[in-house]
Amino acid sequence: MKVLVPGIGGRLGKMLAERLIELGHDVIGIDRRPFRDAPPGLEMHEIDIRKRAAEDVFRRVRPNAVLHMATVTHLVVQSEDRYRINLGGTRAVFEHSHTYGVEHVVFVGRHTYYGAAADSPLFHNEDEPPMGLSSFPELADLVAADLYAGSALWRYPSFVTSVLRMVYTLGPTGHGTLASFLRGKRVPTLLGFDPLFHFMHEQDVVNALCTTLDKRPRGVFNVAGPQPVPLSMVIRETGRTNIPIPEIVFGAMLGRFGLPKLPTGALEHIKYPVTVDGSAFKKATGFEHAIDEKGAMGAYRQSFPRPHS
Amino acid sequence: MRFSLGSLIRRSVDPEVRERLDRLEIPFNEYGVDRYGISKQYLGPSLTALKFFFKYYFSVESHGIEHVPKHGRVMLVGNHSGGIALDGAMTHASQFFEMNPPRLAQGMAEKFLNKVPFASQLTNRCGHLTGLPEHAERLLADERMLMVFPEGARGTAKLFKDRYSLVHFGTGFVRLAMKMKTPIVPFAFLGGGEAIPTISNAVSIGKLFGVPYIPVTPWLFAIPLPAKLEVYYSEPMFFEGTGSEEDEVVHGHVEKVKERIASLIDQGRRRRRGEPPLVTAGSGGSTSVTS
Repeated sequence: MKVLVPGIGGRLGKMLAERLIELGHDVIGIDRRPFRDAPPGLEMHEIDIRKRAAEDVFRRVRPNAVLHMATVTHLVVQSEDRYRINLGGTRAVFEHSHTYGVEHVVFVGRHTYYGAAADSPLFHNEDEPPMGLSSFPELADLVAADLYAGSALWRYPSFVTSVLRMVYTLGPTGHGTLASFLRGKRVPTLLGFDPLFHFMHEQDVVNALCTTLDKRPRGVFNVAGPQPVPLSMVIRETGRTNIPIPEIVFGAMLGRFGLPKLPTGALEHIKYPVTVDGSAFKKATGFEHAIDEKGAMGAYRQSFPRPHS
Repeated sequence: MRFSLGSLIRRSVDPEVRERLDRLEIPFNEYGVDRYGISKQYLGPSLTALKFFFKYYFSVESHGIEHVPKHGRVMLVGNHSGGIALDGAMTHASQFFEMNPPRLAQGMAEKFLNKVPFASQLTNRCGHLTGLPEHAERLLADERMLMVFPEGARGTAKLFKDRYSLVHFGTGFVRLAMKMKTPIVPFAFLGGGEAIPTISNAVSIGKLFGVPYIPVTPWLFAIPLPAKLEVYYSEPMFFEGTGSEEDEVVHGHVEKVKERIASLIDQGRRRRRGEPPLVTAGSGGSTSVTS
């Protein structure tokens, strides 16, 4: 099968490319970023998904399936550009897929779609609306991209659409929002709050994506592996030191003392949990995670031991 | 050896609590945390503290605990008694210390608690999730024990003179029980009003602290007296249906539960006064009510 992967240049994309090639697929990658040490056999195009040249790839390759991973979070790209990448890019992927006869499009989204709030339930179902936007409007483009992808279910009946809302990734490559948050020796948290964090090992993320390509489930699915665990435990088990800071002080510290400059709404995500019910995906595809929460935290710790000062 | 507050707390956990924690029928992971974030590390010290209050300070007496199902989904539905959550804490302790195997009665926490630092962390780690219908349904589907006070915050705000009365019951709990095919075990909690005799509720001071109100007692603060507390459990009630019935039907069921609790309170008061019990409400087999 010919699989086109926009956004392949990330660390997760590389693992996925290797696995897909192993499974005997023809893998075609698109990314603005250069793909260093790309696996042999990968056809790589260093272009922007929103540009003409990307459509040419669709036209020439005629992929069977498209795995859209070219979205960025607020924590990585903090500019107006993020909106255009997330929304313009997603639109381009679906339109080209429609025009060039793609059979299956997978949108790789995030479980933070649901938002974090005090009155938000644990284990969100797929039909719940995103509730975190009032406190964290910067999430809007990711939410919009997710909903736009979901609209392809009726907009483009010619192909199967799978919208995946994946929990955080944790593992040896250090890919993802949670892994970046844990990178330092000390991890700041909010005093008096210890939310559950839902994550899965990157190997399982790759397995889930391959299973999706294989089973072609139609619809919107949460993808989760092992049970969530409290943030304090993630910090401890990855060998870091938890530094609880009162919320008022924390807010004032953002952008200083080496802390990233985040909107205050981002703090909701270390105050309240975002956890999802992944049972519908498991039922539709038969997916089972192979590595539990202990394994994922241990793998991260081994690759990213506590830094020495 | 490194000394820390955490290790001191861990070592102070009562052996009985430790042994009972291991017998809880809850799937904990290797770290002693379940999927909802309930943590043995938090339950240990909290139940050790509750044990002192349950067994010695209030010497809580419970009646009819044999009516409580040993396994599977169930809702304990009771009255509020006392300005702070003494009723919930002591019923939680009663289920943990008096049931075999022990059960974890999970309360539905008031929404404001999740915004309060530490309170948010403690309630969640001990199993008292925010009172959302989604949480209640999920816990019942997982065969847990839910502890519900349908009077809500109106119930904890009862003044001393109204301590044996019942205020308005919400209907959500009956709809939930019907939808989730869950037995309701009504219970009455007595003595909370004597332990914390509320003479007034300070609403504006409460707002300053982010809580709905602060109960005021003759000695100002809601520090409970060692009054005698009692829990009366009744036999389970089943209401068949889907939970989407019309209000009239549901109201009828709610009234039956409320009446059962009122009669348990009455029975308890007579017993406290040393009077003989009236016709028994709450003995014999289980009642089944079909709508």
